[in-house]
Amino acid sequence: MALAGCTGALSTLDPAGPAAAAIAELWWVMLGGAVLIFALVMVLLAGAFRQRPPPEADEARLLRVWVGGLGLAFTLTVLLALFAYGLWVGAQLKPAASAQVVQVQAEARRWSWRFRYADRPGYSSENLLHIPAGRPVDVAIRSADVVHSFWVPRLAGKLDATPGHVKVLRIEAAQPGRYAGQSAEFSGPGYLDHRFTVLAHDAAGWQAFLAGEGP
Amino acid sequence: MTALRRHRRLAAIWASEPGWRGPFSTVNHSDLGRMFLVTAFCFFAIGGLLAMLIRAQLASPQAAFVDADTFSQFFTMHGTIMMFLFAIPAFEGLAIYLLPKMLGTRDLAFPRLTAYGYWCYVFGGGMLIFALLAGLAPQGGWFMYPPLTGPAFAPEINTDFWLIGVTFVEISALAAAVEICVSVLKYRAPGMRLTQMPVFAWYALVTALMILTGFPPLILASVLLELERALGLPFFTPGAGGDSLLWQHLFWMFGHPEVYIIFLPAAGVVSTVLPVMARTPLLGYGWVVGAAVALAFLSFGLWVHHMFTTGLPELGLALFSAASTLVALPTGVQVFAWIGTLWKGRPGLQLPMLYLLGFFGTFVIGGLTGVMVAIVPFDWQVHDTAFVTAHLHYVLFGGFVFPLLAGLYYWLPLFTGRRRFFRVGELACALIFIGFHVTFLAMHWVGLLGQRRRIPSIDADSGWTLINLISSVGGFVLAIGLAMVLVDVLLHALINTRARRNPWESDGLEWAMVTPAPPYNFASLPQVGSRHPLHANPALPLQLARGEGYLGEPREGRRETLLVQAGDGRPEALVVYPGNSRLPITLAAVTGAAFVGVLLKQWWLLALGLSGVVALAWHWAWPARAVAQDAQPVGGDTALPRSESLARPPGWWGSAFLLVADATFFAALLFGYAFLWTVAPNWPPPQWLAPSLPALGLGLGLGLAGAAGAAAGLRWAWRGGRLLSAAGLLALALAWLLLLRQAPAGSSHAYAGALLVLAGFALLHLGLAALMQLRLALAQRRGRLGAARAGALAIATLWTDFAAGVGALGLAVAYLPPLWQ
Ligand code: HEM
Ligand SMILES: [Cu+2]
Repeated sequence: MALAGCTGALSTLDPAGPAAAAIAELWWVMLGGAVLIFALVMVLLAGAFRQRPPPEADEARLLRVWVGGLGLAFTLTVLLALFAYGLWVGAQLKPAASAQVVQVQAEARRWSWRFRYADRPGYSSENLLHIPAGRPVDVAIRSADVVHSFWVPRLAGKLDATPGHVKVLRIEAAQPGRYAGQSAEFSGPGYLDHRFTVLAHDAAGWQAFLAGEGP
Repeated sequence: MTALRRHRRLAAIWASEPGWRGPFSTVNHSDLGRMFLVTAFCFFAIGGLLAMLIRAQLASPQAAFVDADTFSQFFTMHGTIMMFLFAIPAFEGLAIYLLPKMLGTRDLAFPRLTAYGYWCYVFGGGMLIFALLAGLAPQGGWFMYPPLTGPAFAPEINTDFWLIGVTFVEISALAAAVEICVSVLKYRAPGMRLTQMPVFAWYALVTALMILTGFPPLILASVLLELERALGLPFFTPGAGGDSLLWQHLFWMFGHPEVYIIFLPAAGVVSTVLPVMARTPLLGYGWVVGAAVALAFLSFGLWVHHMFTTGLPELGLALFSAASTLVALPTGVQVFAWIGTLWKGRPGLQLPMLYLLGFFGTFVIGGLTGVMVAIVPFDWQVHDTAFVTAHLHYVLFGGFVFPLLAGLYYWLPLFTGRRRFFRVGELACALIFIGFHVTFLAMHWVGLLGQRRRIPSIDADSGWTLINLISSVGGFVLAIGLAMVLVDVLLHALINTRARRNPWESDGLEWAMVTPAPPYNFASLPQVGSRHPLHANPALPLQLARGEGYLGEPREGRRETLLVQAGDGRPEALVVYPGNSRLPITLAAVTGAAFVGVLLKQWWLLALGLSGVVALAWHWAWPARAVAQDAQPVGGDTALPRSESLARPPGWWGSAFLLVADATFFAALLFGYAFLWTVAPNWPPPQWLAPSLPALGLGLGLGLAGAAGAAAGLRWAWRGGRLLSAAGLLALALAWLLLLRQAPAGSSHAYAGALLVLAGFALLHLGLAALMQLRLALAQRRGRLGAARAGALAIATLWTDFAAGVGALGLAVAYLPPLWQ
């Protein structure tokens, strides 16, 4: 769902992989709900100022309507629905085990990224992550110095690179191509340019990469 | 005595020193509340200026005019100033100014503590502003994650300015919180039950309790990071068993409640002002108070939602996500109760109401985006982007600044006794509203397009150029609006048009006095039997001025008020306050010297400052003269004893609430210890605490015997018990010294560092308890206690019990776990 004004190399609303697509859809649904709720509240607010006969003084009834009905029941219903929906999206995003999964490592330092590949031992690349298109990739993320964050907005959400810990993020690109990535945790003066590129190969390109051809 | 003579006599008793000396020695809550507010708004202006610089830098790809390092100082200081030097102190100032007036009394519980807090705030804030002007400002972002802020990556003094300055300012928040808790519970008009309190007092009480339990984790984190920076104890260095995540947990255990600490007082203003504007009582008082309490509890279970991208276990994510969603429920209850109140009444569109409408139109959006980021997958995308920056401003600006401005215009006549002449405020409101939404709606959007927060410039080919320009233009419109509010208030000060008393026809006691509010508030104290005292008895102001309430006869130049039972407000004792004093500012300056000692790593200065603090505190707490036993007339045919002679005097209540904060600090320390143990990399440590059985037995034995002795001793007999108790404290201290002798070097591993901190905490409290006992013994011998004896003993017992408790528990925590290894 690419609307005008939503595209861009780093746009979360221009997804190019299943995780980013699910989250973008989550956003549009939540935006719709939020707009409706906001409109409702504003209408109720405006309603209080209209010309009307002397207001009723039945406190108990007012409490039932405003606190019981709107404050508790309405709010709770919306929240429950949203939370359930969020869990469902989260479950979809849960990395499923599969022989298809490609393992790579990403190590952040100020201010570069180094990538290593389980299927091509001994090789590493800087600021360029090779992956096969159409296959799930598990990125094991670590940091050599301060906290960073691995983020390819068009493919998936972000995950921190915390020194001393290794965390795994599942990404996947639907189509071959280049996808912009950036660190998303402030890390000092070089933070702006702490970026990298994900290069998603087609099947043949990936085989060539593993065989040590090309870049 | 005529009303006018009474006014003159009381004003003379309660006045601050004339001329320039006044502010430096005043302990009066009206003075200090005003000073807090003015100072906070000065910091708001500085923070706002920084925001303009940030927006100028990001206005277009070519606009960048400072380098990345300076820019990081800008956003770090903007966030830090707004959160620590503006929002919290503005609440404190408002509460300090208003609470005694709303509660129908003459001052807060501990006037000198109010003043001490104010000066800590000014000195601590001054340190941060000095750093900003000197180009030495912190640059790690307002949440200062290590290792970026640790000794390896930020060895410069900039980070120390943050750690020291913010901790200094937090002392002031804790002081105000203790003050507010005791005042709300014990310093009210006779007869005012808890359930009849003005709703703002409830919000202030809840907020103060949250400060007491929310701030200690951050103070602990700051202490640990400063220890790492100054002495190399590796709490946040993964190579030696430390963990950045420890900081993140401690910071957000503070940081999330902080958001509600800022919002709740503002909600209190809404709950107070909105019903008056609607000419009807608040709908669902009990529900609204309950919602505030629920928010307070819930907000302590949410901190992890700031860490959704750190890769936590799934169950944890779901739980914290659920709690974060649920927190919208009490917020929803409040919002709908407010709108229901408007429906119940006949709302007009006076200026405070306009700002309240601005609040609704902004805060509701902030709440909705808040629920969005509570949904974990969505947060994975927008975390650390401009979307989150936009969200937090909808909550903080919408939820705090709009209500604050509503409150400002609402209480302005009380502050000054005047009404506005020009109508600048209305136009300002429109500009602020439009400017705000243009600025931050745009930032939501550009955040979704992938713009990170905290970047010093934007690329021309990013596609974000136009949106950022729009946002910057909006920012400047917003700034113009805020500047117009300032102009409006200044004009108001220049042009003297008298306001009527109680211009809004409010039901609140704060309007039952002449305006501008006199330093003593009420010429005599009202008897309250209703939640709406001024509507229940419109003649009240006149009766009070004629001295028909309690304490209508000023005597012996004493500042007096009444202490009441916490629940039902029955008068319990007569309070005699201390007068103007330069002790608070002196103590704050000496405290500051100790902080500067840490800042500059001049340990002699730290030692000097700390000794000065002890000496001055001793002097402060030394009873001026023995308190007589007999009851004193307080008006009508009531006679009451002095507050010092109660079994639980005000000092006991103050100590109890301070110990709540202290206990939270200790709990946070234990949490940190356990967290490192279970989660941090590079555990177990190379060397445990030597598990030799004799040492262990001796340590634990001495410790437990000491704890029991100290706790039991004081209660037993007046003389022998004290000896036993002192021996117990000494035994505990010895056990800790023994432990320190055996512990591995603190810089070798986070484990050893944690042992050192535990020992320091225990020894500090043991020493404190010993000092209090010494003071008690000396004061007793010199005959300075009189009727205050039982109360003084109760206070010393409280501190001794606490010291014995943490001393013994700490020993167990230090000795037992290595046994399992
Ligand atoms: C006067 C109007 C204000 C404007 C125009 C403004 C603008 C901004 C901007 C543009 C940023 C983002 C910097 C960046 O990450 O690129 C920012 C950050 C921030 N602002 Fe404001 N702000 C205003 C008022 C406030 C208020 C009233 C508060 C709190 C009570 C506040 C708290 C913060 C915080 C905590 C940050 C995060 C700082 C950090 O990333 O370390 N701001 N503000
Ligand atoms: Cu939060």
